[in-house]
Amino acid sequence: MVVTRIFGARIKRREDPRLITGQATYTDDVVLPGMCYAVFVRSVQAHARIRAVRTDAAQAHPGVIAIFTGRDLQEKMGLIPTAWLIPDSDLKTPPHPPLAVDRVRYVGDAVAVVLATTRAAASDAAALVEVDYEPLPAVADPEKAVQPDAPRLHDDVPDNVAFHWKVVNGDVDRAFAEADVVVRQRMVNHRLVPCAMETRGCVAHYNKGSGELTLWMTSQNPHIHRVILSGILHLPEHRIRVIAPEVGGGFGSKIPCYPEEAVVSFCAVELGVPVKWVEDRRENFVATIHGRDHVVYLEVAARKDGTITAIRGKCYANLGAYLSTAAPGIPTILHGLMMCGAYRIPNVHYEVLGVLTNTTPVDAYRGAGRPEATYYVERLVDLVAAELGMDPVEIRRKNFIPKDAFPYTTPTGLTYDSGDYERTLDEALRIVDYAGFRREQEEARRQGRYLGIGFSTYVEICGLGPSQVAGAVGFQGGLWESAVVRFHPTGKVTVLTGSSPHGQGEETTFAQIVADQLGVPIEDIEVLHGDTDLIPMGWGTYGSRTTPVGGAAIAVACQRILAKARQIAAHLLEAAEDDLEFENGRFYVKGSPDKAKTIQDIALAAHLAWSLPSGVEPGLEAQAFYDPPNFTYPFGAHVCIVEVDPETGEVKVLRYVAVDDCGRVINPLIVDGQVHGGITQGIGQALYEWAVYSEDGQLLTASFNEYAVPKAHQVPRYETARTETPSPHHPLGCKGVGETGTIAATAAVANAVMDALRPLGIRHLDMPFTPERVWRAIRQAQGPGGIP
Amino acid sequence: MIPMAFEYHRAASVEEAIRLLEQYGPDAKVLAGGHSLTPLMKLRFAQPAHVIDIGRLHELRYIREEGNVIAIGALTLHRTVAESATVRQRIPVLAEAAFRIGDVQVRNMGTIGGSLAHADPAADYPAVVLALEAEIVAQGPAGRRTIRARDFFRGPFTTALQPNELIVEVRVPVPSGKTGSAYQKYPHPASGFAVVGCAAVLTVDAETCRDVRVAFTGVATQPFRDTVVEDALRGQRADEATVRAAAEKAAEGVQPLGDAFASAEYRRHMAKVYARRALLQALTRAT
Amino acid sequence: MRVAVHVNGRPYERDIEPRMLLVHFLRDELGLTGTHIGCDTSNCGACTVLLDGKAVKSCTLLAVQADGADILTVEGLSQDGRLHPVQEGFWEEHGLQCGFCTPGMMMLAVELLQREPDPSEEAIRHYLEGNLCRCTGYQHIVHAIRYAAQKLRETRESS
Repeated sequence: MVVTRIFGARIKRREDPRLITGQATYTDDVVLPGMCYAVFVRSVQAHARIRAVRTDAAQAHPGVIAIFTGRDLQEKMGLIPTAWLIPDSDLKTPPHPPLAVDRVRYVGDAVAVVLATTRAAASDAAALVEVDYEPLPAVADPEKAVQPDAPRLHDDVPDNVAFHWKVVNGDVDRAFAEADVVVRQRMVNHRLVPCAMETRGCVAHYNKGSGELTLWMTSQNPHIHRVILSGILHLPEHRIRVIAPEVGGGFGSKIPCYPEEAVVSFCAVELGVPVKWVEDRRENFVATIHGRDHVVYLEVAARKDGTITAIRGKCYANLGAYLSTAAPGIPTILHGLMMCGAYRIPNVHYEVLGVLTNTTPVDAYRGAGRPEATYYVERLVDLVAAELGMDPVEIRRKNFIPKDAFPYTTPTGLTYDSGDYERTLDEALRIVDYAGFRREQEEARRQGRYLGIGFSTYVEICGLGPSQVAGAVGFQGGLWESAVVRFHPTGKVTVLTGSSPHGQGEETTFAQIVADQLGVPIEDIEVLHGDTDLIPMGWGTYGSRTTPVGGAAIAVACQRILAKARQIAAHLLEAAEDDLEFENGRFYVKGSPDKAKTIQDIALAAHLAWSLPSGVEPGLEAQAFYDPPNFTYPFGAHVCIVEVDPETGEVKVLRYVAVDDCGRVINPLIVDGQVHGGITQGIGQALYEWAVYSEDGQLLTASFNEYAVPKAHQVPRYETARTETPSPHHPLGCKGVGETGTIAATAAVANAVMDALRPLGIRHLDMPFTPERVWRAIRQAQGPGGIP
Repeated sequence: MIPMAFEYHRAASVEEAIRLLEQYGPDAKVLAGGHSLTPLMKLRFAQPAHVIDIGRLHELRYIREEGNVIAIGALTLHRTVAESATVRQRIPVLAEAAFRIGDVQVRNMGTIGGSLAHADPAADYPAVVLALEAEIVAQGPAGRRTIRARDFFRGPFTTALQPNELIVEVRVPVPSGKTGSAYQKYPHPASGFAVVGCAAVLTVDAETCRDVRVAFTGVATQPFRDTVVEDALRGQRADEATVRAAAEKAAEGVQPLGDAFASAEYRRHMAKVYARRALLQALTRAT
Repeated sequence: MRVAVHVNGRPYERDIEPRMLLVHFLRDELGLTGTHIGCDTSNCGACTVLLDGKAVKSCTLLAVQADGADILTVEGLSQDGRLHPVQEGFWEEHGLQCGFCTPGMMMLAVELLQREPDPSEEAIRHYLEGNLCRCTGYQHIVHAIRYAAQKLRETRESS
């Protein structure tokens, strides 16, 4: 019998039937009897004192049920907390009230909430709320915000610096003093808007009889939302049920605890009617977190042979007007600690200033700190290569952590679990035909065409993570994951996971794990998630942790099921446990495979409990709380080929090759999908996406008319390949793959553009490579005479 | 996003639409396909008290050949223009421009009259109707009048239409002789609107540029004919070198728009590039 | 204002405010929540439905404009419990992740394949200009539409 293993199989997704027939329930699809609608009144000022909020006209509008201002809620609700309190950093967390009380600090800051019987009435009434502002000077740029004369956002943060953090190891000064070559570069990693296609929203229902608040919300981590909301609302945790129904993408933007969901919950409790709020896209651009936004001064020391000996940097991380839930951890733990990349760089000194500005708060956006690190490191490696006249491939080989060095401890204190970096690079070079491309490039240059190739040989930290480390780095929660695997009497299986997938396909991949482990047909397995009343405490989906941590928890629970099933099987087969084989869902005595008990037989026996071995409880169910011993570190080599039109500055991606190693692959179709989507967001940052603030804090790109989320014809066909280097500590050898594409791609594109522009005398440009920016750089480098 | 409440009037005839316009004047907006107006109303940038829906005036949906003029009813969809055999054969540049408007869904609803009346300074049609020297037929209480395209655009979102007038037809003369035309557009990566759009119509006679018309959209606060480029070409040799030299004069004397995506300086540069591209393509097609 | 439409072959009549958008009419009045709202500015295409056979953005139409029309939404795509080839393609080729843009994408794909039975990859990518997806990077969506095209051609040939 040929058995195709389901683990590793390219099977289609089990979540799709409901999604392709319009039968899925997203938050905005939830309708409750008597539901009213909330609309927030938001600041149009980047920084202002609120003199008065006049609600009389709005109050009188037909259909209006209630209006609350910041002052109304001040005594009744707690503050919106920051939940990543990084240690050794003089961190200050300025108070963030759910609605602005006497001051607004960014365009979009919520000032009041209007509740009415219909969406239309609430919108009409919100337009009638008059806020009397006394404008204050505003600052949007993090370097300007730290100047002594800059406008100050919070009284208790005198220099607008929420924290100073640094990681230092080795003798950096000496490395620089002894270097043959030192390369310095200021780089900007500009601000992005996550733009999940579904905006945020929630429906809150408070049952006065039972005292339970039910909140449907667009969440990547319903349990975290529950525990934080419990604090803000002063409601006991077990009286709150958070449900993440279908969630239309998150990319980090649905991790944080925002004011709106808390305020809507408060309103539902206070008014005793269900309340719905759904963000419109214009709001989403200003009221949901942004990502990235660094200005960084970098230096790298190297020897003549290309060996990089030290890296030094100072990063101004723009965090916006308030410290969002995980904000302090993103540019530090998830970024600063990755500043050595895939290279054996012994000395490092990296400082981060977390800066408050009059802009939308910045938090985790796909990759969260790691795309920035990869971008800096990969750009620096190319700059050193250019300085030394080395090939970008050669310098990477020279500095890679060799495959026999794993587990490898970085000078920043992380332990990379496993890797074979050269192998992914070799594979990428083979696919792209590197030598062939260089010939083509030379030929093209003779014809006045500018082609370029860019490499990004990244490594990333994901699978967050060991809880002990979480505690050590100030994350105010655990980072383990829960799983329940439950057999029903008929042999069907329900899996509960504390992960909260929202597009990543784990209803399928987790079922594949269970089917593989238990030998149950995949059709008989159901994976449930996203409901705090149903699912044991869990930490959710972000940081590419769902398979590395949530998947591992399921594997462990399956092992526990099998241990008990084996006991029962031995009892039923009247054999010793050690004499049993388990294969394809059947227990049999070694040598006599015909006399078997299927796992379904055992499930039934366990539920009937007519005859169980002594001391064995009825039922067949196991729970696991898996706390990983380490993060996982996927890696890979991405190669991008571009053509730059020197006349207009337009950049076109001609080829994109991605060779990723995310350990063992459960479903290659889904992994490809994650990689494609990730790369597209990376290309988006490099070429199109840019949240632009005016000097005085107005967001100039606040709709899809200005902010360019990549379209189908703006991105290329991707060529993907993989190597498999299992994670040694993961029960299934898996790493994570949700963010690798985004982490790798910006650097690959940037290096390709710079490679194309090098003959024109351009060494570095900041992203995004908009046509005008490229055109200007060419003109500046070549003078008005134009291109030779 | 919900528009402010308004009173809705569905016009059963052009005359009724005009009567309603007369009655409600500045408080009214005309709704054709709605793809310019509705987004503005949703964002509440437009808050008309009365909306006059002319979308059912099917008598305004046609493309007719009237001798050397193609007459296009105001409610003709972008998609219809883009796919019309008549237009593609006789005035290909118009079909090309129609095909570059927005996206499929927008072209399925948006109308030529609606687009011209809205007069977005970055819309595609205006450049082409200017270059083709089309005429816009407006109907008001006193009957019909014809407005030359070059007299029609008065500023951003401003036209020569009176508040009680409706566009009913666009009349496009079919270029005569050995004429080539082209529309070249550099779209904004997000909105798809023209950062620079250039329409060129070039008539060649005995290797000489007998007639040439160049018009831009997206570059300035309103679409315009570039007479400097035209003058540099008219009567000159119809060859690549002449075209290249003439295109270098694009947008001279015009103050280009500047925004976060493209500065005035860059727009001016791109106007030259796109003038050249459009003219060279027109030249190839003419010869 | 009275609005009468056929949606997915069923007649509906409702009295509504003229300002109600077609997408709200479908979702809130008729309970057909498969059609989604992804933006305010007619850019994202999540709300795409077929109006008398044409793909339109239902967030940019007033419901009163659709009075008398025949509307097809994602809920009406499968017939007699059988998936439409476009739905099948999206499922087979992993053309969706979070699923939010998917109904709009599929409705546009249905229109495309009615017009062009064998679109190239490039043609598909350009046709999708008015539909944003943040998850897939579009490649699998292209595969899904190619799959559906093939399937539809086979069905046509065999009948």
